[in-house]
Amino acid sequence: MGLEYVKIAPGFERYMPRDYVDLVKMGQFGRQVDVMDLGQFKELVEDHPMCAGCYMAYFIRIFYASLPNPEDTIVLGTAGCARLALSQAAVPFIYGNYGDTNAVASGLKRALTIRFPDKHKDVVVIAGDGGLMDIGFGMTMHSWFRREKFTTIMVDNEVYGNTGGQESGMSPKGVQLKMAPKGKQFDKINAVELAQTAGCVYVARISPTNPKRIAKVIRRAILAARHFGPTFIHAYTSCNIEYSIPTREVLADARNREKKDFKFYEWMTDEVKEYFEEMEKKEVKA
Amino acid sequence: MVEQKVVDPDYLILEAPRERKFITGSQAFAEAIKRANVDIAIAYPITPQSETMHLVGDLWAQGYVKDYYRAEEEYGAMSAIAGAVRGGARAFSATSGPGLLRGLEAIVSWPGHRIPAVLGVMTRVVNAPLSIQPDNVEIAYLLHSGLIVFHAENQQDVFDFTLAGFPISEKVDVYLPVVVATEGFFVTHAKGYVELPPEDMKLPPRDPYKAPVPPTDCEIPPARIQRDAPVQKSNFMSYLIHAVWQQEVWSANERARKWINHYLGGLIEVVNPKAEVFIVASGCAAAQGREAQRYAEMEGLNVGLVKVRSIRPFPTQELREVLKDAKAIIVPEHNIVGWLCKEVKAVIPNGDRVVEGPRVYGGMTLPVELIMDEIYKVLGIKKEKKTLV
Repeated sequence: MGLEYVKIAPGFERYMPRDYVDLVKMGQFGRQVDVMDLGQFKELVEDHPMCAGCYMAYFIRIFYASLPNPEDTIVLGTAGCARLALSQAAVPFIYGNYGDTNAVASGLKRALTIRFPDKHKDVVVIAGDGGLMDIGFGMTMHSWFRREKFTTIMVDNEVYGNTGGQESGMSPKGVQLKMAPKGKQFDKINAVELAQTAGCVYVARISPTNPKRIAKVIRRAILAARHFGPTFIHAYTSCNIEYSIPTREVLADARNREKKDFKFYEWMTDEVKEYFEEMEKKEVKA
Repeated sequence: MVEQKVVDPDYLILEAPRERKFITGSQAFAEAIKRANVDIAIAYPITPQSETMHLVGDLWAQGYVKDYYRAEEEYGAMSAIAGAVRGGARAFSATSGPGLLRGLEAIVSWPGHRIPAVLGVMTRVVNAPLSIQPDNVEIAYLLHSGLIVFHAENQQDVFDFTLAGFPISEKVDVYLPVVVATEGFFVTHAKGYVELPPEDMKLPPRDPYKAPVPPTDCEIPPARIQRDAPVQKSNFMSYLIHAVWQQEVWSANERARKWINHYLGGLIEVVNPKAEVFIVASGCAAAQGREAQRYAEMEGLNVGLVKVRSIRPFPTQELREVLKDAKAIIVPEHNIVGWLCKEVKAVIPNGDRVVEGPRVYGGMTLPVELIMDEIYKVLGIKKEKKTLV
């Protein structure tokens, strides 16, 4: 049904906003776009109120361009910067309470599975380091223990950006932030290792420097979640405001972190690996 | 599993033949869920609720409920209920005291998210000190959130309120969550007679498209409660949007009245409407009030009972009408704050007619003698202390 609900009813085309008509005619619904063609199709998210130079905004733009099936995708977010852009996209978005994303997504995905057993309805959580690893930690972990079939993407800016720059569990040790006046006292949480231990079937860590790779990772995480179980992407999306990164150096900073603690890492179960190999073989043939 | 056929809610709730069973309150909750065509139930243990959700789990194992799991804790459980209902499913959960308060941030956001679901609340002391006994102070925390709140007197009420809770909750002009509260242990773990409709019948499935706020399922354009930037910002539009949304939630709560009248026979029940003195009570206190009214009648005293079934919406007009000539109004309660007493006082003229209590708390039983003492006092009768059985 997905495609049906985004289409414009016959006769209404000339009354619909131009933006929406473009979205249906020149957007991503019903076709797979190449992320390298950004700018040549109508994107799912355009306007957003994120800060100039925000790397999270860039990541979210790539995220939407990478969706395998945007007309049948639901995105969930929580308090934090990401939701400011997520709520502006042409993809259904649910914002619940603080850190509840992975519990809400569990209920949602199960309801969709009961109601549409023969369809793929992709559920994707995009939340920050605070939402997933601090306040929502228990719900994040338990959604993985339960093997809930949805994707969790942590946009890690290593700080509570939207509340004005407080320390989070993902801030590096020693960094001085609000609520950490003497510098953070403990190490950055190893989210990737936790995800693997907790039962995710596909896990990736990425510093978003290469759009093609980001797109591939997002697509894989969503497809693996459809068929096998929980998937997790840990993405470094710096906060140029709280970490005082000059706008023109945001990409250089991402590259620098990629060489250090955000080296590209991808792990999946044998079953998932086999599935992708099969799929990619078929794609080459086609 | 018994093969079940879908029947009209009015038939199942109001007309179908009923058979008498002697069951606990927890079993009464489960019997209602068995006939409610529930898609998903999400459980988390806490005494005295645990037995209810374990029985509902058995219903899932037998095939009466489509999906079920034991959640990480109550905040996770109640958040997942919100997700499931927004995805178009019919959902049920239940909790008690500290569990209710742990899940409260999620629960009190359900009305704003327009989540039609049913939540069982089996009352328990709110710590500290630790206790598991049935004090019902927790109901006070539910009254200002837009939730519909019923208070069940006994096992029969538990069954009727829970089963009717689903159609009331899902009515297009209501579309709010329904709480069915009852006293832990006194009702959940004690047996009583319950008239049950046949188990081979069930409610029609939820139709999520018959809704003022559509589901988020990628089948129709979703409700985008957080869609527009103004809602998230501090400006006049955001205040206005939020204000209007709250007004609509409370209007919907008011609109539930006609469905409560239809399915439950009114927001209140009145015994001896021409009485001089009234006992006004809800839940288990109403059961004790009913006994006190009976004793008073045996002693030739003109005492009546008003049982309040629905705490939200509150029976303002009904109470004003019934109590207009009452000389005194006695409000027995199972909590120290007297939330029902405050509610009653606030809606009737001459509030000094209201006797504050008797109140028991910490999980104590409410002896009929305590209510009788208040009746004698307001009628100016001097009595030797005697024990009533």
